[in-house]
Amino acid sequence: MAIRCVASRKTLAGLKETSSRLIGFRGIQTFTLPDLPYDYGALEPAISGEIMQIHHQKHHQTYVTNYNNALEQLDQAVSKGDASAVVKLQSAIKFNGGGHVNHLIFWKNLAPVKEGGGEPPKGSLGSAIDTHFGSLEGLVKKMSAEGAAVQGSGWVWLGLDKELKKLVVDTTANQDPLVTKGGSLVPLVGIDVWEHAYYLQYKNVRPEYLKNVWKVINWKYASEIYEKECN
Amino acid sequence: MAASTAVTANYVLKPPPYALDALEPHMSKQTLEFHWGKHHRAYVDNLKKQVLGTELEGKPLDHIINKTYNNGDLLPAFNNAAQAWNHEFFWESMKPNGGGKPSGELLALLERDFTSYEKFYEEFNAAAATQFGAGWAWLAYANDKLKVVKTPNAVNPLVLGSFPLLTIDVWEHAYYLDFQNRRPDYIKTFMNNLVSWEAVSARLEAAKAASSSSA
Repeated sequence: MAIRCVASRKTLAGLKETSSRLIGFRGIQTFTLPDLPYDYGALEPAISGEIMQIHHQKHHQTYVTNYNNALEQLDQAVSKGDASAVVKLQSAIKFNGGGHVNHLIFWKNLAPVKEGGGEPPKGSLGSAIDTHFGSLEGLVKKMSAEGAAVQGSGWVWLGLDKELKKLVVDTTANQDPLVTKGGSLVPLVGIDVWEHAYYLQYKNVRPEYLKNVWKVINWKYASEIYEKECN
Repeated sequence: MAASTAVTANYVLKPPPYALDALEPHMSKQTLEFHWGKHHRAYVDNLKKQVLGTELEGKPLDHIINKTYNNGDLLPAFNNAAQAWNHEFFWESMKPNGGGKPSGELLALLERDFTSYEKFYEEFNAAAATQFGAGWAWLAYANDKLKVVKTPNAVNPLVLGSFPLLTIDVWEHAYYLDFQNRRPDYIKTFMNNLVSWEAVSARLEAAKAASSSSA
Protein backbone atom coordinates (compact mmCIF):
# COMPACT_ATOMS: atom_id res chain seq x y z
CA MET A 1 0.00 0.00 0.00
CA ALA A 2 2.64 2.51 1.14
CA ILE A 3 4.89 1.76 -1.83
CA ARG A 4 2.03 2.33 -4.24
CA CYS A 5 1.37 5.73 -2.68
CA VAL A 6 5.00 6.84 -2.96
CA ALA A 7 5.10 5.75 -6.58
CA SER A 8 1.94 7.64 -7.48
CA ARG A 9 3.15 10.78 -5.68
CA LYS A 10 6.33 10.78 -7.81
CA THR A 11 4.41 10.68 -11.05
CA LEU A 12 2.32 13.55 -9.78
CA ALA A 13 5.30 15.88 -9.52
CA GLY A 14 4.70 17.08 -13.05
CA LEU A 15 1.09 17.91 -12.37
CA LYS A 16 1.88 20.82 -10.04
CA GLU A 17 0.38 23.42 -12.31
CA THR A 18 -3.04 21.82 -12.27
CA SER A 19 -5.52 22.79 -9.60
CA SER A 20 -6.05 19.27 -8.31
CA ARG A 21 -4.20 16.72 -6.26
CA LEU A 22 -4.57 13.11 -5.24
CA ILE A 23 -4.80 12.08 -1.63
CA GLY A 24 -5.33 8.86 0.17
CA PHE A 25 -5.00 5.26 -0.82
CA ARG A 26 -7.95 5.25 -3.18
CA GLY A 27 -6.67 8.31 -5.06
CA ILE A 28 -9.68 10.54 -4.59
CA GLN A 29 -8.94 13.73 -6.41
CA THR A 30 -9.42 16.95 -4.50
CA PHE A 31 -8.85 20.52 -5.57
CA THR A 32 -6.87 23.64 -4.79
CA LEU A 33 -7.49 27.26 -5.64
CA PRO A 34 -5.42 28.24 -8.71
CA ASP A 35 -3.71 31.63 -8.80
CA LEU A 36 -5.14 34.28 -11.08
CA PRO A 37 -3.10 34.96 -14.24
CA TYR A 38 -3.18 38.71 -13.45
CA ASP A 39 -2.95 40.97 -10.40
CA TYR A 40 -6.08 41.70 -8.38
CA GLY A 41 -5.95 45.36 -9.47
CA ALA A 42 -5.33 44.64 -13.13
CA LEU A 43 -8.99 44.76 -14.15
CA GLU A 44 -9.60 48.24 -12.77
CA PRO A 45 -11.59 50.37 -13.24
CA ALA A 46 -14.09 47.81 -14.56
CA ILE A 47 -13.76 45.55 -11.51
CA SER A 48 -12.01 46.82 -8.40
CA GLY A 49 -8.97 45.10 -6.91
CA GLU A 50 -10.84 44.84 -3.60
CA ILE A 51 -13.60 42.82 -5.22
CA MET A 52 -11.19 40.60 -7.15
CA GLN A 53 -9.23 39.75 -4.01
CA ILE A 54 -12.26 38.90 -1.88
CA HIS A 55 -13.97 37.12 -4.75
CA HIS A 56 -10.94 34.91 -5.40
CA GLN A 57 -9.42 34.44 -1.91
CA LYS A 58 -12.66 34.15 0.02
CA HIS A 59 -15.59 33.13 -2.16
CA HIS A 60 -13.83 30.85 -4.64
CA GLN A 61 -11.61 29.41 -1.89
CA THR A 62 -14.71 28.56 0.16
CA TYR A 63 -16.23 26.68 -2.77
CA VAL A 64 -12.98 24.72 -3.16
CA THR A 65 -12.78 23.89 0.56
CA ASN A 66 -16.42 22.87 0.79
CA TYR A 67 -16.25 20.90 -2.45
CA ASN A 68 -13.28 18.92 -1.13
CA ASN A 69 -15.15 18.20 2.12
CA ALA A 70 -18.20 17.05 0.18
CA LEU A 71 -16.07 14.81 -2.03
CA GLU A 72 -14.40 13.17 0.96
CA GLN A 73 -17.79 12.57 2.57
CA LEU A 74 -19.09 11.24 -0.75
CA ASP A 75 -16.15 8.87 -1.00
CA GLN A 76 -16.91 7.45 2.42
CA ALA A 77 -20.62 7.17 1.70
CA VAL A 78 -19.95 5.39 -1.60
CA SER A 79 -17.54 2.90 0.00
CA LYS A 80 -20.04 2.15 2.73
CA GLY A 81 -22.83 1.74 0.19
CA ASP A 82 -24.86 4.39 2.02
CA ALA A 83 -27.20 5.43 -0.78
CA SER A 84 -29.17 8.00 1.16
CA ALA A 85 -25.99 9.73 2.34
CA VAL A 86 -24.81 9.82 -1.27
CA VAL A 87 -28.04 11.43 -2.43
CA LYS A 88 -28.02 13.87 0.50
CA LEU A 89 -24.60 15.14 -0.55
CA GLN A 90 -25.71 16.02 -4.08
CA SER A 91 -26.73 19.59 -3.29
CA ALA A 92 -23.42 20.35 -1.52
CA ILE A 93 -21.61 18.94 -4.55
CA LYS A 94 -23.68 20.97 -7.00
CA PHE A 95 -23.31 24.18 -5.01
CA ASN A 96 -19.63 23.94 -4.28
CA GLY A 97 -18.43 21.94 -7.27
CA GLY A 98 -20.48 24.21 -9.48
CA GLY A 99 -18.99 27.24 -7.74
CA HIS A 100 -15.49 25.92 -8.39
CA VAL A 101 -16.16 25.04 -12.05
CA ASN A 102 -17.87 28.35 -12.79
CA HIS A 103 -15.18 30.48 -11.21
CA LEU A 104 -12.38 28.63 -12.99
CA ILE A 105 -14.06 29.68 -16.25
CA PHE A 106 -14.77 33.22 -15.00
CA TRP A 107 -11.13 34.05 -14.17
CA LYS A 108 -10.18 32.97 -17.72
CA ASN A 109 -13.06 34.99 -19.16
CA LEU A 110 -11.45 38.15 -17.79
CA ALA A 111 -8.22 39.83 -18.86
CA PRO A 112 -6.54 43.19 -18.25
CA VAL A 113 -7.05 45.64 -21.09
CA LYS A 114 -3.34 45.54 -21.92
CA GLU A 115 -3.58 41.80 -22.38
CA GLY A 116 -6.54 42.00 -24.75
CA GLY A 117 -9.40 42.39 -22.30
CA GLY A 118 -12.34 43.95 -24.12
CA GLU A 119 -10.94 43.37 -27.61
CA PRO A 120 -13.78 42.12 -29.83
CA PRO A 121 -13.65 38.49 -30.97
CA LYS A 122 -12.29 37.88 -34.45
CA GLY A 123 -12.19 34.73 -36.54
CA SER A 124 -14.90 32.11 -36.46
CA LEU A 125 -16.40 33.15 -33.11
CA GLY A 126 -16.70 36.77 -34.29
CA SER A 127 -18.56 35.64 -37.41
CA ALA A 128 -20.77 33.25 -35.49
CA ILE A 129 -21.76 36.07 -33.13
CA ASP A 130 -22.67 38.30 -36.07
CA THR A 131 -24.67 35.47 -37.63
CA HIS A 132 -26.61 34.57 -34.48
CA PHE A 133 -27.00 37.97 -32.81
CA GLY A 134 -26.57 40.47 -35.64
CA SER A 135 -23.50 42.03 -34.08
CA LEU A 136 -21.37 41.95 -30.95
CA GLU A 137 -23.39 44.90 -29.63
CA GLY A 138 -26.54 42.81 -30.10
CA LEU A 139 -25.05 39.96 -28.08
CA VAL A 140 -23.80 42.29 -25.35
CA LYS A 141 -27.22 43.95 -25.09
CA LYS A 142 -28.96 40.58 -24.79
CA MET A 143 -26.56 39.17 -22.21
CA SER A 144 -26.61 42.34 -20.14
CA ALA A 145 -30.42 42.40 -20.11
CA GLU A 146 -30.66 38.72 -19.15
CA GLY A 147 -27.96 39.11 -16.52
CA ALA A 148 -29.75 42.09 -14.98
CA ALA A 149 -32.99 40.12 -14.85
CA VAL A 150 -31.61 37.17 -12.88
CA GLN A 151 -33.50 37.18 -9.59
CA GLY A 152 -31.33 36.28 -6.65
CA SER A 153 -27.93 34.80 -7.46
CA GLY A 154 -26.70 33.29 -10.70
CA TRP A 155 -24.81 33.61 -13.96
CA VAL A 156 -25.43 34.74 -17.52
CA TRP A 157 -23.71 32.71 -20.24
CA LEU A 158 -22.76 32.70 -23.86
CA GLY A 159 -22.62 29.04 -24.76
CA LEU A 160 -22.12 26.82 -27.75
CA ASP A 161 -24.65 24.09 -28.33
CA LYS A 162 -22.31 21.42 -29.72
CA GLU A 163 -25.12 19.34 -31.17
CA LEU A 164 -27.14 22.06 -32.83
CA LYS A 165 -23.93 23.93 -33.68
CA LYS A 166 -25.27 27.28 -32.57
CA LEU A 167 -24.53 29.96 -30.02
CA VAL A 168 -26.96 30.44 -27.16
CA VAL A 169 -27.44 32.94 -24.36
CA ASP A 170 -28.78 31.49 -21.13
CA THR A 171 -28.78 32.04 -17.39
CA THR A 172 -28.31 29.65 -14.50
CA ALA A 173 -29.35 30.02 -10.86
CA ASN A 174 -26.95 29.96 -7.94
CA GLN A 175 -23.84 27.97 -8.92
CA ASP A 176 -25.50 25.70 -11.44
CA PRO A 177 -23.03 25.19 -14.29
CA LEU A 178 -24.28 25.85 -17.84
CA VAL A 179 -24.39 22.13 -18.56
CA THR A 180 -27.39 21.86 -16.19
CA LYS A 181 -29.39 23.74 -18.85
CA GLY A 182 -28.44 21.24 -21.57
CA GLY A 183 -25.94 18.42 -21.82
CA SER A 184 -24.51 19.67 -25.12
CA LEU A 185 -23.89 23.24 -23.92
CA VAL A 186 -20.26 24.39 -23.70
CA PRO A 187 -19.65 27.64 -21.80
CA LEU A 188 -17.72 30.28 -23.75
CA VAL A 189 -18.31 33.37 -21.60
CA GLY A 190 -19.87 33.42 -18.14
CA ILE A 191 -20.58 36.55 -16.14
CA ASP A 192 -21.09 36.18 -12.41
CA VAL A 193 -24.14 38.18 -11.27
CA TRP A 194 -24.05 37.12 -7.62
CA GLU A 195 -24.01 40.34 -5.60
CA HIS A 196 -20.54 39.49 -4.29
CA ALA A 197 -19.22 39.94 -7.84
CA TYR A 198 -20.01 43.66 -7.90
CA TYR A 199 -21.59 45.01 -4.72
CA LEU A 200 -18.64 46.79 -3.09
CA GLN A 201 -18.15 48.84 -6.26
CA TYR A 202 -21.51 49.07 -8.00
CA LYS A 203 -23.83 48.52 -5.01
CA ASN A 204 -27.39 47.81 -6.14
CA VAL A 205 -26.73 49.00 -9.71
CA ARG A 206 -26.12 45.64 -11.37
CA PRO A 207 -26.77 47.05 -14.87
CA GLU A 208 -23.78 49.41 -14.43
CA TYR A 209 -21.54 46.43 -13.58
CA LEU A 210 -22.85 44.62 -16.64
CA LYS A 211 -22.14 47.66 -18.79
CA ASN A 212 -18.53 47.87 -17.61
CA VAL A 213 -17.54 44.22 -17.36
CA TRP A 214 -17.38 43.91 -21.16
CA LYS A 215 -14.28 46.14 -21.09
CA VAL A 216 -12.33 43.27 -19.54
CA ILE A 217 -13.91 40.24 -21.19
CA ASN A 218 -11.24 37.98 -22.67
CA TRP A 219 -12.63 37.04 -26.08
CA LYS A 220 -9.37 35.29 -27.00
CA TYR A 221 -10.13 32.53 -24.50
CA ALA A 222 -13.74 32.23 -25.68
CA SER A 223 -12.49 31.95 -29.28
CA GLU A 224 -10.03 29.18 -28.33
CA ILE A 225 -12.80 27.13 -26.75
CA TYR A 226 -15.14 27.78 -29.66
CA GLU A 227 -12.56 26.76 -32.28
CA LYS A 228 -11.60 23.65 -30.33
CA GLU A 229 -15.23 22.53 -30.08
CA CYS A 230 -15.97 23.23 -33.73
CA ASN A 231 -13.16 21.03 -35.05
CA MET B 1 -53.80 30.25 4.58
CA ALA B 2 -51.80 32.04 7.26
CA ALA B 3 -52.57 35.75 7.57
CA SER B 4 -49.83 38.34 7.42
CA THR B 5 -49.42 40.10 10.70
CA ALA B 6 -47.66 43.43 11.12
CA VAL B 7 -47.12 44.11 7.43
CA THR B 8 -50.41 45.27 6.00
CA ALA B 9 -49.61 48.42 4.03
CA ASN B 10 -50.29 48.00 0.34
CA TYR B 11 -47.53 49.39 -1.77
CA VAL B 12 -45.83 51.97 0.35
CA LEU B 13 -42.16 52.18 1.20
CA LYS B 14 -42.53 52.40 4.97
CA PRO B 15 -39.40 53.65 6.74
CA PRO B 16 -37.89 51.41 9.43
CA PRO B 17 -39.12 52.20 12.96
CA TYR B 18 -35.74 53.84 13.75
CA ALA B 19 -33.32 56.25 12.09
CA LEU B 20 -31.07 54.81 9.37
CA ASP B 21 -28.01 55.20 11.60
CA ALA B 22 -29.68 53.83 14.73
CA LEU B 23 -28.44 50.26 14.28
CA GLU B 24 -24.76 51.25 14.17
CA PRO B 25 -22.22 49.84 14.70
CA HIS B 26 -23.94 46.50 14.06
CA MET B 27 -25.57 47.48 10.78
CA SER B 28 -24.18 50.62 9.19
CA LYS B 29 -26.12 53.68 8.06
CA GLN B 30 -24.65 53.08 4.60
CA THR B 31 -26.18 49.60 4.51
CA LEU B 32 -29.59 50.96 5.52
CA GLU B 33 -29.33 53.73 2.93
CA PHE B 34 -28.76 51.20 0.16
CA HIS B 35 -30.75 48.27 1.48
CA TRP B 36 -33.86 50.27 2.43
CA GLY B 37 -33.32 53.34 0.25
CA LYS B 38 -32.47 51.49 -2.99
CA HIS B 39 -33.27 47.74 -2.85
CA HIS B 40 -36.51 47.87 -0.84
CA ARG B 41 -37.63 51.04 -2.63
CA ALA B 42 -37.09 49.36 -6.01
CA TYR B 43 -39.20 46.33 -5.03
CA VAL B 44 -42.07 48.65 -4.04
CA ASP B 45 -41.78 50.91 -7.12
CA ASN B 46 -41.44 47.99 -9.51
CA LEU B 47 -44.37 46.16 -7.93
CA LYS B 48 -46.59 49.21 -8.47
CA LYS B 49 -45.60 49.36 -12.14
CA GLN B 50 -46.00 45.62 -12.55
CA VAL B 51 -49.59 45.37 -11.21
CA LEU B 52 -50.85 48.54 -12.88
CA GLY B 53 -53.74 47.68 -15.17
CA THR B 54 -53.87 44.06 -14.05
CA GLU B 55 -56.36 42.29 -11.82
CA LEU B 56 -53.79 42.46 -9.02
CA GLU B 57 -53.90 46.26 -8.92
CA GLY B 58 -55.10 47.58 -5.57
CA LYS B 59 -55.20 44.14 -3.94
CA PRO B 60 -53.58 43.73 -0.50
CA LEU B 61 -49.97 42.69 -0.57
CA ASP B 62 -50.46 39.28 1.04
CA HIS B 63 -53.16 38.49 -1.50
CA ILE B 64 -50.74 39.27 -4.34
CA ILE B 65 -48.02 37.18 -2.70
CA ASN B 66 -50.24 34.11 -2.38
CA LYS B 67 -51.71 34.49 -5.87
CA THR B 68 -48.38 34.94 -7.59
CA TYR B 69 -46.65 32.18 -5.60
CA ASN B 70 -48.94 29.96 -7.62
CA ASN B 71 -47.98 26.80 -5.69
CA GLY B 72 -44.31 27.26 -6.49
CA ASP B 73 -44.71 28.01 -10.20
CA LEU B 74 -43.95 31.69 -9.62
CA LEU B 75 -45.74 34.37 -11.57
CA PRO B 76 -43.83 37.56 -12.54
CA ALA B 77 -45.03 39.83 -9.73
CA PHE B 78 -44.08 37.38 -6.95
CA ASN B 79 -40.50 38.55 -6.59
CA ASN B 80 -41.37 42.23 -6.10
CA ALA B 81 -44.44 41.59 -3.95
CA ALA B 82 -42.78 39.10 -1.62
CA GLN B 83 -39.59 41.12 -1.35
CA ALA B 84 -41.57 44.29 -0.51
CA TRP B 85 -43.28 42.35 2.28
CA ASN B 86 -40.10 40.60 3.45
CA HIS B 87 -38.12 43.79 3.79
CA GLU B 88 -40.74 45.66 5.79
CA PHE B 89 -40.93 42.59 8.06
CA PHE B 90 -37.13 42.56 8.33
CA TRP B 91 -36.77 46.22 9.44
CA GLU B 92 -39.42 45.60 12.09
CA SER B 93 -37.59 42.46 13.24
CA MET B 94 -34.73 44.65 14.45
CA LYS B 95 -34.27 47.47 16.92
CA PRO B 96 -31.38 49.51 18.34
CA ASN B 97 -29.78 47.72 21.33
CA GLY B 98 -31.68 44.58 20.48
CA GLY B 99 -30.63 40.96 20.42
CA GLY B 100 -29.76 38.58 23.22
CA LYS B 101 -32.11 36.24 25.00
CA PRO B 102 -35.86 36.89 25.21
CA SER B 103 -37.83 36.37 28.42
CA GLY B 104 -41.27 35.38 29.58
CA GLU B 105 -43.61 33.37 27.41
CA LEU B 106 -41.45 33.63 24.31
CA LEU B 107 -38.44 32.15 26.10
CA ALA B 108 -40.66 29.40 27.54
CA LEU B 109 -41.90 28.49 24.06
CA LEU B 110 -38.39 28.53 22.59
CA GLU B 111 -37.29 26.21 25.39
CA ARG B 112 -40.31 23.99 24.80
CA ASP B 113 -39.82 23.66 21.04
CA PHE B 114 -36.00 23.76 20.80
CA THR B 115 -35.10 22.44 24.32
CA SER B 116 -33.12 25.63 25.04
CA TYR B 117 -32.52 29.16 23.74
CA GLU B 118 -28.98 28.04 22.84
CA LYS B 119 -30.32 25.22 20.67
CA PHE B 120 -32.72 27.65 18.95
CA TYR B 121 -29.78 30.04 18.41
CA GLU B 122 -27.73 27.25 16.84
CA GLU B 123 -30.56 26.15 14.58
CA PHE B 124 -31.45 29.66 13.43
CA ASN B 125 -27.78 30.39 12.85
CA ALA B 126 -27.30 27.21 10.83
CA ALA B 127 -30.37 27.88 8.69
CA ALA B 128 -29.19 31.41 7.91
CA ALA B 129 -25.64 30.24 7.20
CA THR B 130 -26.59 27.33 4.95
CA GLN B 131 -29.27 28.98 2.79
CA PHE B 132 -27.27 28.77 -0.43
CA GLY B 133 -27.40 31.82 -2.65
CA ALA B 134 -29.98 34.47 -1.84
CA GLY B 135 -32.73 33.95 0.72
CA TRP B 136 -33.98 34.33 4.27
CA ALA B 137 -34.04 32.46 7.56
CA TRP B 138 -37.15 32.61 9.75
CA LEU B 139 -38.61 31.78 13.10
CA ALA B 140 -42.17 30.76 12.27
CA TYR B 141 -45.27 29.50 14.04
CA ALA B 142 -47.61 26.77 12.82
CA ASN B 143 -49.82 24.17 14.50
CA ASP B 144 -48.99 25.66 17.89
CA LYS B 145 -45.26 25.06 17.37
CA LEU B 146 -42.27 27.30 16.77
CA LYS B 147 -39.87 26.25 14.04
CA VAL B 148 -36.89 27.54 12.10
CA VAL B 149 -37.30 27.70 8.33
CA LYS B 150 -34.99 28.83 5.53
CA THR B 151 -36.24 29.99 2.15
CA PRO B 152 -34.63 30.84 -1.21
CA ASN B 153 -34.78 34.21 -2.96
CA ALA B 154 -38.15 35.86 -2.19
CA VAL B 155 -40.05 32.92 -0.71
CA ASN B 156 -41.49 33.43 2.78
CA PRO B 157 -43.43 31.28 5.30
CA LEU B 158 -46.76 32.92 4.35
CA VAL B 159 -46.84 30.80 1.21
CA LEU B 160 -45.75 27.73 3.15
CA GLY B 161 -48.71 27.95 5.50
CA SER B 162 -47.03 29.32 8.62
CA PHE B 163 -46.89 32.65 10.48
CA PRO B 164 -43.54 34.44 10.22
CA LEU B 165 -42.29 35.74 13.58
CA LEU B 166 -38.69 36.79 12.89
CA THR B 167 -36.47 37.01 9.84
CA ILE B 168 -32.92 37.66 8.78
CA ASP B 169 -32.14 38.67 5.18
CA VAL B 170 -29.20 36.62 3.86
CA TRP B 171 -29.09 38.05 0.34
CA GLU B 172 -25.51 39.30 -0.03
CA HIS B 173 -26.71 42.90 -0.33
CA ALA B 174 -27.90 42.68 3.30
CA TYR B 175 -24.39 42.23 4.70
CA TYR B 176 -21.77 42.77 2.04
CA LEU B 177 -20.87 46.40 2.82
CA ASP B 178 -20.44 45.64 6.53
CA PHE B 179 -19.20 42.05 6.51
CA GLN B 180 -18.21 41.21 2.91
CA ASN B 181 -18.21 37.40 2.61
CA ARG B 182 -18.42 36.85 6.38
CA ARG B 183 -22.07 35.85 6.60
CA PRO B 184 -21.59 33.94 9.90
CA ASP B 185 -20.33 37.14 11.59
CA TYR B 186 -23.35 39.05 10.28
CA ILE B 187 -25.74 36.39 11.61
CA LYS B 188 -24.11 36.45 15.07
CA THR B 189 -24.26 40.24 15.16
CA PHE B 190 -27.94 40.12 14.22
CA MET B 191 -28.71 37.56 16.95
CA ASN B 192 -26.63 39.24 19.64
CA ASN B 193 -27.37 42.89 18.92
CA LEU B 194 -30.33 43.51 16.63
CA VAL B 195 -33.29 41.17 17.14
CA SER B 196 -36.43 42.87 18.45
CA TRP B 197 -38.00 40.24 20.69
CA GLU B 198 -40.86 42.70 21.37
CA ALA B 199 -41.80 42.56 17.70
CA VAL B 200 -41.54 38.75 17.75
CA SER B 201 -43.80 38.53 20.83
CA ALA B 202 -46.40 40.84 19.30
CA ARG B 203 -46.41 38.76 16.12
CA LEU B 204 -46.73 35.55 18.13
CA GLU B 205 -49.80 36.94 19.95
CA ALA B 206 -51.35 37.90 16.62
CA ALA B 207 -50.53 34.47 15.18
CA LYS B 208 -52.12 32.66 18.12
CA ALA B 209 -55.23 34.83 17.89
CA ALA B 210 -55.50 34.24 14.15
CA SER B 211 -55.02 30.49 14.62
CA SER B 212 -57.71 30.14 17.28
CA SER B 213 -60.19 32.27 15.39
CA SER B 214 -59.87 30.09 12.29
CA ALA B 215 -59.95 26.82 14.31
